[in-house]
Amino acid sequence: MIPTLFGVAVLIFFLLRIVPGDIVELKYAGSGTYAPKEALARERAQLGLDQPIWKQFVTWIIGIPRLDFGTSMWTGQPITHEIAIRLELSLELALMATFVAVLISIPLGALAAVKQDTWIDYCVRIFSIAGLAIPSFWLGIVIILVFVIYFRWLPPLTFTPFWVDPTANLTQLIWPALAVGYRYSAVATRMTRSAVLEVLREDYIRTARAKGLWERAVLIRHALKNALLPVITVIGLEFAFLVGGLVVTEQVFNLNGIGKLFVEAISQRDYTMVQSLVLLTSFVFIFVNFLVDLINAWLDPRIRYR
Amino acid sequence: MARASVPIFTVPVSSRLHSWVETSLRFILRRPVGAVGAGIIGIMIMAAIFAGFVSPYDPLTTDYGKMLQAPNSSHWFGTDSFGRDVFTRIIYGSRTALWIGFASSFLGATLGALIGVSSAYFGGKIDLVLQRFMDLLLSFPLIILALVVVSLLGSGVTNVILAITVPMVPRCALVVRSSALALREMPFVEAARALGFGPLRIIVRHMIPNVMAPYLIMLTAFLGQAILLEASLSFLGLGVAEPQAAWGLMLRGAAVEFAERAPWMAIYPGLAISLAVFAFNLFGDSLRDALDPKLRLP
Repeated sequence: MIPTLFGVAVLIFFLLRIVPGDIVELKYAGSGTYAPKEALARERAQLGLDQPIWKQFVTWIIGIPRLDFGTSMWTGQPITHEIAIRLELSLELALMATFVAVLISIPLGALAAVKQDTWIDYCVRIFSIAGLAIPSFWLGIVIILVFVIYFRWLPPLTFTPFWVDPTANLTQLIWPALAVGYRYSAVATRMTRSAVLEVLREDYIRTARAKGLWERAVLIRHALKNALLPVITVIGLEFAFLVGGLVVTEQVFNLNGIGKLFVEAISQRDYTMVQSLVLLTSFVFIFVNFLVDLINAWLDPRIRYR
Repeated sequence: MARASVPIFTVPVSSRLHSWVETSLRFILRRPVGAVGAGIIGIMIMAAIFAGFVSPYDPLTTDYGKMLQAPNSSHWFGTDSFGRDVFTRIIYGSRTALWIGFASSFLGATLGALIGVSSAYFGGKIDLVLQRFMDLLLSFPLIILALVVVSLLGSGVTNVILAITVPMVPRCALVVRSSALALREMPFVEAARALGFGPLRIIVRHMIPNVMAPYLIMLTAFLGQAILLEASLSFLGLGVAEPQAAWGLMLRGAAVEFAERAPWMAIYPGLAISLAVFAFNLFGDSLRDALDPKLRLP
C-alpha cells in the first residue's frame, strides 16, 4: 500500500512539473497588468518554486505523514484546510450514493435473476443498461430542470451540515446522490443479477429446496448470501470511482466539494493542490480495495484459509 | 506462371469476403440486441460523415435573430443562445464524439495489447516493472487520470484523445496479459522460438493474432466509455473548446443558464450522448458474449 502510494506521489509530482508555464505567469496573465520580472521572481520564491525540484519534492513528501500537504499555490491557504472544509460534503454525498446504490441494486438484481427472462427481468436490464449510458451530469441537469419547471424549487446555494439541520441537508444532497448513485446502482444491479443466477444453479440450492425450505429462505439465506461476495467487490471498486462521478456532479449542483476543488485546481494549474488531491483519491482507492478484501475474508472462510 | 497466380490470389480473398458476410449475418441472427446497437452506430457514423447533407444549417454561424427558439418545423430541436440550430450541432457533435471515441479506444487498446503481450512474453523483471507501472496507473479513477493528462497537455481534440487513451492502456494490458500468459507456453510459440525468430516477430506475428478476441472485446468496451469521458471533459470545460460542436460542451454554460426558458438546449445533447453510449454498450456486450463469454471485465 505504501509503495504504491509513494509511486503515485513520485509520478504525479514530476509529471506536473514537466510542462512549461507555471501558476505565477498564469496569475499575472489573468490579471492583465504588466508584471516586472522581479515581481514574478518574488512570487516564485514565496511559493518555493525557485528551489530545485528534488528539494520541493522532499519538502512535500516529508510533510504528508504529518498531514501537511503544503499550501495552495492559488489561494495561499494550507491544503489540509482547503480539503478539510470540503471533505464532509463529498464524503456524505459519496456515502449517500452508495446507500442509494445498495438499496436499489441488491433487491432489483436478485428479483431479475429469480424472474429470469420475464418482463420484470427485461425492465431491470433496461434500467441498468440505461444507467451505464446516461451521463450523471446530464441526469443532474434533468433533475434540476424538472424541479425548476414543475416545482419552482432551486437547489440552495450554501451547504447545510447534517447536525445543523438534518432535513435541509438531506433534501439538498439526495438529488445529487441519486444522480451519481444511478450509474453506481446500474453496475451493482448487473453484478447482483449475474451472481444470483450463477448461485441458483448450485447443488446446495436444489438440496435446500428438496428439503422443503421456504422459497424465501432459500433465496435470502442460501442464494443471496453466497452471491453477495462479487457484489461487495463491485460496490467497493465503484466507491473509489465515485470520486470521478463527484467531479462532474458537484459542478452541476454547484456543490463546493472535493470534485469542484479538483476541477478548479486543474484549470488554475495549482500544482500543489492537484498533486495532493490525486494522492488523496488514490489513497481512497487503494484503501477501499484493502477494505473490500478484509470484508470478503470476514464473510467467506474459504478466502481466510487460503 | 503469371496466369496461374491469379486464381490462387483471388480465391482466398473472395472466400474471406464471403465468410465475413456470413459471420455478420450470423451475428445479426443470433444476437439481435447487439445488431440493434450496431445499427444505431452505423446510422450515427453515416450522419457524422454526411453531416452537411443531413442538415441545411451551419453548426458555427451565429444568428441573434433566432436566439432560443423552441423546437419547430425548421429547427427540429430548437436553437441555442447564439441562434445556432441544436439539431445541426448534435449531428456535427457526433463527428467529434465518434472521432475521439474511435481514436482513443483504438490507441488505448492497441498500446495496451502490445504492452500486455510483451509483458507476458518476456516475463521476469520486465514483466514485473511493467505490471507495477500499470498497477500505478490503475490506482487512479478513469476521469481523474484523464483530467491530470489534460492539465498537463491542455485542452483541444488531440490532447483529449491522448487523455482518454492513457487510462485505457493499463486496463487493456491487464486483460490481454492474462490471455497471453497461457499463449507463451503453447507449442507454436516454442516452435517459433526454436526456429530462431526474434521476440518482435514472435510477438507481432504469432502472439498478437491469438489475443484478438480479448483485444476486440476491450476495444468495443472502451468505445462507450471514451464517448462518456469526452462528454464529461468537455462539460467541465477541459475538453473540446467552443465553438466546435461537441455534446458535452453543449450542456455547459448557457444550457444550464437558460434551462428554464430553453430546456431543449439541455435535453437533446444529453439524449445523444446516452443513445451513443447505449448503442456501443449493447454492441460491445453482444460481441463479448459471442467471442468469449467467460471473460470478466475489470
